[in-house]
Amino acid sequence: MSVDQSLGIRVNGEQRRVPGGISIASMLGELGLDPQRVAVERNLEIVPRSTLDDVSVEDGDAYEIVHFVGGG
Amino acid sequence: MTAQQDIKADSWSVAGRTFTSRLIVGTGKYKSLEENAAAVEASGAEIVTVAVRRVNISDPNQPRLMDFIDPKKVTYLPNTAGCFTADEAIRTLRLAREAGGWNLVKLEVLGEAKTLYPDMRETLRATETLVAEGFEPMVYCVDDPIAAKQLEEAGAVAIMPLGAPIGSGLGIQNRVTIRLIVEGAGVPVLVDAGVGTASDAAEAMELGCDGVLMNTAIAEAKDPVLMARAMKAAVEAGRLAYLAGRMQKRRYADPSSPLAGLI
Repeated sequence: MSVDQSLGIRVNGEQRRVPGGISIASMLGELGLDPQRVAVERNLEIVPRSTLDDVSVEDGDAYEIVHFVGGG
Repeated sequence: MTAQQDIKADSWSVAGRTFTSRLIVGTGKYKSLEENAAAVEASGAEIVTVAVRRVNISDPNQPRLMDFIDPKKVTYLPNTAGCFTADEAIRTLRLAREAGGWNLVKLEVLGEAKTLYPDMRETLRATETLVAEGFEPMVYCVDDPIAAKQLEEAGAVAIMPLGAPIGSGLGIQNRVTIRLIVEGAGVPVLVDAGVGTASDAAEAMELGCDGVLMNTAIAEAKDPVLMARAMKAAVEAGRLAYLAGRMQKRRYADPSSPLAGLI
């Protein structure tokens, strides 16, 4: 945690800072993502969509946020 | 009953879901999402394979596959293409299940980049774990009847042997092993990979396969939408020929016109 209370996290391999105390759903909103269209893994564990509002982002978290793309 | 009605009545089922089309198409390698959607439409496919990849957090408003191919109308089959270990494939499919909300998935665990041949030891291990977690995996595999049986015993809901290496378009290289897999399987068998043109798809169906999965053969055709139509017709023709039961081959000619009454 830094002086301004923001949190340092990794999202899809990139370093990001987000405000302290926000939920994962709010973080997705900040990133411009629709929670209905993505899946979220937090520190190697799936976060069920139904709990995205309840789980708080913690300093040092690593997230993978994925969706479906064209593929064979 | 007309041939068209025959095709309609001739459905197949995988993991309790019933489909009329026996052609599954990939959604990779297209020039645009518009062309991709038009090819899927022309193919008549009811299932498309999709990949699971990171969202682009720098540009979250890029066009999305789901805006062009409606997952409510076409079944999305998440695939683990690009995974080289069981653990990577399992992690990918756990995310896919969360993204889509369904258990029907396609598993492929590749052994090396040059041939994209499946690593069967890792594939079997991943199948066992996925089944234990409630997934219904359709499994890409080598054209080996013993490996196919082992996958089925591990709980694979469909066996998907390669006809030739992924993206090669070489056609079915071993008709004998594909036929043996079909004869021995208690779950659907679909040739996955290696189809290059319509006759390859028809051949897979004539061997008794329940379906065919392809991507590159359509996406890399000069006219992908026209090739999608060709593949639809080929899969239907091959299926009908299989059901009709082909004539026996002879070593020499046998005239079609009667010999009696010759002038």
